[in-house]
Amino acid sequence: MPDTALIEPDVLERVLSSALAGGGDMAEVFAEDAVTAGAMLDDRKIEELSSGRSRGAGIRVVDGETTGFAHTADLSEAGLLAAARAAAAVARQGDGGVRTVALEPLAAHGRGDRTPPDRVDKGRKLELLTRADDAARSAGGAIGQVMVGCGDSRRRVLIANSEGLFAQDDQIRTRFNVTCVANGDTGMQTGYESLARTEGYEIFERHRVEDLARVAATRALTKLSARPAPSGEVPIVLAGGSGGILFHEACGHGLEADHIVKNASVYTGRVGEAVASPLVTLVDDGTVLGEWGNFAVDDEGHEPARNVLIENGVLTDYMWDWLRARKEGRTSSGNGRRQSYQHLPMVRMTNTYLLAGQEDPDEIIAQTPSGVYVKKLGGGQVNTATGDFVFGTTEAYLIENGRITEPLRDANLIGNGPEVLRRIDAVATDFDMTPGTCGKDGQSVPVGCGQATLRITGVTLGGTA
Amino acid sequence: MSDDLQSLADSVVAQAGPGEGLEVYVTRGTDTEVRAYEGEVESLTSADSSGVGIRVLLRGGEDSGSQVGFAWAGSLDPAVIAATLADARDNARFATPDPDVVLAEPDGVHAVELDLWDDGVTSTPIEKKVALAVELERATRGADPRVRQVSSADYSDSRVEVALATTTGISSFRRRTNAFLSVDAIVGEGADTQTGAGFTVARGPGGLVPDEAMDDAVLRATRMIGAQKARSAHCTVVFDPRVVSTLLSVVASALSGEAVVKGRSFFAGRIGESVAASSITLVDDPTDARAYGAASHDGEGLACRRNVLISDGFLRMFVFDTVSARRAGAVSTGSAVRGGFAGTPSAGCRALVLSPGNKGQSDILAAVGDGLFVQSVTGVHSGVNPVSGDFSVGAEGLMIERGALGQPVREVTVASTLQRMLQSVVEIGADLRWLPGLAAGQTLAIADMALSGD
Repeated sequence: MPDTALIEPDVLERVLSSALAGGGDMAEVFAEDAVTAGAMLDDRKIEELSSGRSRGAGIRVVDGETTGFAHTADLSEAGLLAAARAAAAVARQGDGGVRTVALEPLAAHGRGDRTPPDRVDKGRKLELLTRADDAARSAGGAIGQVMVGCGDSRRRVLIANSEGLFAQDDQIRTRFNVTCVANGDTGMQTGYESLARTEGYEIFERHRVEDLARVAATRALTKLSARPAPSGEVPIVLAGGSGGILFHEACGHGLEADHIVKNASVYTGRVGEAVASPLVTLVDDGTVLGEWGNFAVDDEGHEPARNVLIENGVLTDYMWDWLRARKEGRTSSGNGRRQSYQHLPMVRMTNTYLLAGQEDPDEIIAQTPSGVYVKKLGGGQVNTATGDFVFGTTEAYLIENGRITEPLRDANLIGNGPEVLRRIDAVATDFDMTPGTCGKDGQSVPVGCGQATLRITGVTLGGTA
Repeated sequence: MSDDLQSLADSVVAQAGPGEGLEVYVTRGTDTEVRAYEGEVESLTSADSSGVGIRVLLRGGEDSGSQVGFAWAGSLDPAVIAATLADARDNARFATPDPDVVLAEPDGVHAVELDLWDDGVTSTPIEKKVALAVELERATRGADPRVRQVSSADYSDSRVEVALATTTGISSFRRRTNAFLSVDAIVGEGADTQTGAGFTVARGPGGLVPDEAMDDAVLRATRMIGAQKARSAHCTVVFDPRVVSTLLSVVASALSGEAVVKGRSFFAGRIGESVAASSITLVDDPTDARAYGAASHDGEGLACRRNVLISDGFLRMFVFDTVSARRAGAVSTGSAVRGGFAGTPSAGCRALVLSPGNKGQSDILAAVGDGLFVQSVTGVHSGVNPVSGDFSVGAEGLMIERGALGQPVREVTVASTLQRMLQSVVEIGADLRWLPGLAAGQTLAIADMALSGD
């Protein structure tokens, strides 16, 4: 793939001027060239290799409180001008006149040595799949089915707007996941583990796929003897790196400025107030190199930042994109993201994590007379207006007399964000991050979540026992 | 319009090399989205999009079967299609040869003619579409003094055309339109805040019923005011039709022949056995034009057909695409589904309908007497496992007290296993609602579920 700009600067300047010819405050071109590849091993067979390409541009015209948006797969000047006219149809002042747009010189972003996926032999990718399959199957005779997937993407983006901003990024992402099914007397159980990084294939020099496979297989095998999870409010100890999805759901979404400016979040108007236990310092940080939610510029061309959202329990700030920041007369915090050129940007999390605490994780368990130890979390969901959220366990155990005992079947936990954050009474030192996919308003973006082992004094666990 | 898409698919298939199998899926569509806020257009999106997905089958050695490779692109540009074909060919070289990997072949089943196209999506001026969203927002704000905010009121529509052709002689074309209007209401009283969502869906803007969306959103939000956690208990749970549609979608993944042959379904090996209460008859019928997922042809170009999956509580069959059917020693049930041009076919349901009973919702509440009515659930993707059947979801709704809706309830979960839930259905509503997604829904009562709260 040639490393030239997706669209030449003089074309961009003409398209942006044209987009504002009928009025409007800001015009933006977001161009994207994405190449993805995936391979799947299932039922001991390499079932399918797939590859995809998507190339196009989304053009946005903002006029007061109104945004017009159109996208096209045609990156020629004629194609872009047609999309610009469609996006500009919402601008109603009609007093645009001639607006000259001059773009800033393009900033270069060094991203270190990466092995782009298209330079990796397909046979080498398949070898990773079979190695993981072998490792999972050798973990125990009860493993009945193994599905291994790997995928990679290279996403080149270019953003230019009528304020002169001109930026681009070249994002390489690689993921690998293993799903195992174990068969037992009482039915089947599943185990899942994944690795996902904003890096190239060099990640497999540091991470062994056999290890991922064994974790997934062991997770399924352990649950064969699991008993139904308890029902009702119980103390919960979440393992370090168990998903971190707790903060993503309990407050992350509620701190996105699009919910805030519409008064559709329980955290609206609460900056400066204590909204969590003093042990909670929560950060959203798109700059963490290699993490799943990392990038050099966001999908509005702004550099990511380390944004402290909650400091020692006190709410310090929300997350902002260009549109919502403008409304409040401030600047974007680098949280404007979109799934593809076919989508409007909105406020999204990047890598959201709780800073590590002081305690020994084993001590936290030892000092919990009874409760549930959650080793791994699945997904979650939140209602930002009420703060009620759920998150699912995929590996959990009973804690009895300060010791981890029997495995439990999968269940959801339910809580209210501000209440649960106040009930965190211990945070350990064993910080770790995990990758995830965050869905909002029909758009999916890669995010990271992180946290050390912590205890919540009471959350409702949705078991049957 | 359709002819050129069909001939494009045919022309790519004509490029197949000797002994090479090709399946070409081309699609073109238009989408419009309007979001209204505070009486203005917050955003207006309009766009055309198109794409191609190509599967290549290479014959392996003697009896070893075929290798399959797939590639897709978001464009119908001839140079891009040529590059996509080359990618798919290269990908095929790496797949494990498999005697069960074949393309669908015409099976003599004639496609039912379905009218899923409403010209109103094209002919309605954008100003009218904008007015639908703006008016819905205004009306919802004024519907009840407790409405504090309408966080979004959205109109969207789409038209999609799909042509599919293969070297095995399949050549199919289908098209459909959809229009959707939805609203999210936030209501409150004192420090109490509750939310409710409502929507209306049709083939075109003329079929939408905005009042239905507004009433649903406002009712669902206002009746939750004063909601509290409930005491943990085992009780009968009555699910709203919208929740039942979601539950059936999860059951659908266990009825996929692909999940069955790969040992990922709790229904595997149970054909002919009683898997549900005797009142349960579950049919997947994409030939019923009222269903949101109605389609004349499946994702491999075969005619869609009516498949009875469970009747009188007995498991009768699974749904199959061509490859999973061969693995199971069966034939395709015309049930290949695919996620647009970027996805490959797999076996799945499109239009599930549970045979309705004869009671309305209030009669069911009266019959149940005491329990929990659930109007919405959360965490379905994190708390329901279609392989093991373990079921645990966040729920909000109202207690059923002496046969009627009583105290509103939030921050609770309901749990069981899908296997036990199917066997424990005690009431099925007559109030069948055609809903977006792959299943219709009606009120359903399930006995002995675990309610977790305080």
